[in-house]
Amino acid sequence: MSSENGTKMTGASSLVKSLEHAGVDVMFGIPGGAILPAYDPIFDSPIRHILVRHEQGAGHAATGYAQATGRVGVCIATSGPGATNLVTPLADAQMDSVPLVAITGQVASAAIGTDAFQEADIRGITMPVTKHNYLITNADDIPRAIAEAFHIASTGRPGAVLVDIAKDALQHQTVFQWPNSINLAGYNPVLTPDATAVRDAARLIAQSRNPVLYVGGGIIKANAHKELMKLAELTGAPVVTTLMARGAFPDGHHQHLGMPGMHGTVAAVTALQKADLLITLGARFDDRVTGKLSSFAPLAKIIHADIDPAEIGKNRRADVALIGDLTNTIAALLPAIAAEFKKSQPDLSAWWLQVNTWRAKFPLGYDHPTDGSVSPQYVIERLGKIAGPDAIYVAGVGQHQMWASQFISYENPRTWLNSGGLGTMGYAVPAAMGAKVGAPDKVVWAIDGDGCFQMTNQELVTCAINNIPIKVAIINNESLGMVRQWQTLFYNQRYSNTDLHSKRIPDFAKLADAMGCVGLRCESREDVDRTIAEAMAINDRPVVVDFSVHRDAMVWPMVAAGTSNDDIVIARSMAPIWDSQEL
Amino acid sequence: MNTANTHTLSVLVENSPGVLARVASLFSRRGYNIDSLAVGPTEDENISRMTIVINVDGHALDQVIQQLDKLINVISITQLDPVTSVQRELLLVKVATTPVTRSQVLETVQLFRAKVVDVAQDAVTIEATGNAEKIQALLRVLEPYGIKELVQSGLVAMSRGLKPGSISEEKR
Repeated sequence: MSSENGTKMTGASSLVKSLEHAGVDVMFGIPGGAILPAYDPIFDSPIRHILVRHEQGAGHAATGYAQATGRVGVCIATSGPGATNLVTPLADAQMDSVPLVAITGQVASAAIGTDAFQEADIRGITMPVTKHNYLITNADDIPRAIAEAFHIASTGRPGAVLVDIAKDALQHQTVFQWPNSINLAGYNPVLTPDATAVRDAARLIAQSRNPVLYVGGGIIKANAHKELMKLAELTGAPVVTTLMARGAFPDGHHQHLGMPGMHGTVAAVTALQKADLLITLGARFDDRVTGKLSSFAPLAKIIHADIDPAEIGKNRRADVALIGDLTNTIAALLPAIAAEFKKSQPDLSAWWLQVNTWRAKFPLGYDHPTDGSVSPQYVIERLGKIAGPDAIYVAGVGQHQMWASQFISYENPRTWLNSGGLGTMGYAVPAAMGAKVGAPDKVVWAIDGDGCFQMTNQELVTCAINNIPIKVAIINNESLGMVRQWQTLFYNQRYSNTDLHSKRIPDFAKLADAMGCVGLRCESREDVDRTIAEAMAINDRPVVVDFSVHRDAMVWPMVAAGTSNDDIVIARSMAPIWDSQEL
Repeated sequence: MNTANTHTLSVLVENSPGVLARVASLFSRRGYNIDSLAVGPTEDENISRMTIVINVDGHALDQVIQQLDKLINVISITQLDPVTSVQRELLLVKVATTPVTRSQVLETVQLFRAKVVDVAQDAVTIEATGNAEKIQALLRVLEPYGIKELVQSGLVAMSRGLKPGSISEEKR
């Protein structure tokens, strides 16, 4: 590799060489005027370039690839509209701490600032939605910028980095020089937590009678799920996994209470509310988890472990802050807790008695509609059972996303992909494409809504042409279901602009067929298993199944936005009735 | 002027294009209000110093510092205590004068150790440096004569003694 150092080449070749040196094996993109010089050396590069149908698809595909593999996802686009089409996936990846590098072409440096054809200040536009970004106008600067971009995207708290390169920098001659080391004066993530803080945390854990392990997506980002298992079993504490952490701890484990938050299980939400200690691991006290912040976990002391110091105290004051990589943090905690437990190990049996009562009384559930239509939860539950815990599930955003989180058992990290922070409708199909490219031996199911699907389904063409056989389950309730649910609950059932009429138009099976996929349709409960099995048997092409489901099904439990987690509702107008000893 | 919630941050940043935009964008996005901001070169040509005066309560200040520190181009952040640092603003003010008031205005200039940088028939332009209190006091005295035009720099500040401590370095 280093033999190429000192070789004369164009900036474009230098860019492609740099991407090779950074370990890129695949990228998703679309060429255009300003990035065109780079596409010439891409033609000869061992890097696989997948030509997508819309730049947003390139961005989400790179995100899906990154979430499925843990590697940096790469997307590439031209200047102006190509670059602005990447804004949504960049913001999406940044919110969910996904390592992503986006390369964009920019107009020639002399034309920057003149409102030239296809000029957009993409560095300025993406400043607030990236971890960092670059504008490169000199060919000599390309290798260092690429090396830094991959370093920044993948270390510390991962995130999105954009490298915008002026066309003349791609065209000019340069001498390729891959940097031996990266030295960023202003970027030194703290990897090991403070030893005193570790002891303080261990002491709090030993003193706690009602602890909860509040697990966020950071565990998956840090590949710390094995350490988490040890910590859970050492402490014996109940575990909740947020939407971003589904799969970080096996759903089948007896200590797992499920997902907390707006549509979390009663046991998970209530355990947080009644806890005296939250052991927070790579989670960020998001409003969808805390509900009304001032009433969140009112009795709890907070241990907050995160690699990002700015998360400490951002929403909830921490009693002990553990800043560092979660693998290191838990590894340091384990002996410290064991030492405290030698002095005295807390008895959690009374706490478990309470927690198990909530679990037994308020399990997740759903009804089959009386009109003979199919329950969407049933479809998703069956899908999870038939495809099993080794498949990768990729959801869009809305009701189907919540049901997919609730009714599929996740036993392994990186098997549940979704847009948690930004809530990007249209995420599923392109992200599933990226996941399948990154993990070709895995079954990848996109679970999408009929609304979401109509935002980005054109990437099925990309899948069909490039032999990326994903499977898509459209949970078709002919409406923007989650918005409709809110209209049912909070807007007097006035369904303003949520009816998509997608029972007949489009014909999803025909649309799939036209895009080179197999299109299937399922309209009755009896056909659900058979149709899923049929889709599972097709591995040479993408499959799309249009599951026609009951449109009035709602996601329960629910903590209405802005209200307290104490006011969790298990079904419409049915709040759990607490026994007095439980309060 | 210097209330309990007013804080002065001395921020060392890489001298590269777009850094000011990043800092401004961060403050805007997170909803922090900047009282004043001054940017200039340092003894190292690769590094610039921003002096930022911000009015937030203690908890929010910690967030400001942590969020600023996340910017890749921000090298270090030091919170400057008004007692242990030298803090200066620059003021240029054009004051209306008549043959009667001119000598009074000039006397004020002397009292405040300011100086006159331009004299016209009906006005004098005064330059003054000092901390915020001194500048405000001077303006209060000059106001009755008629302030025709005023321009004021942001605050610049430096810790007293030898080496400035850096908040982000202490953390590491």
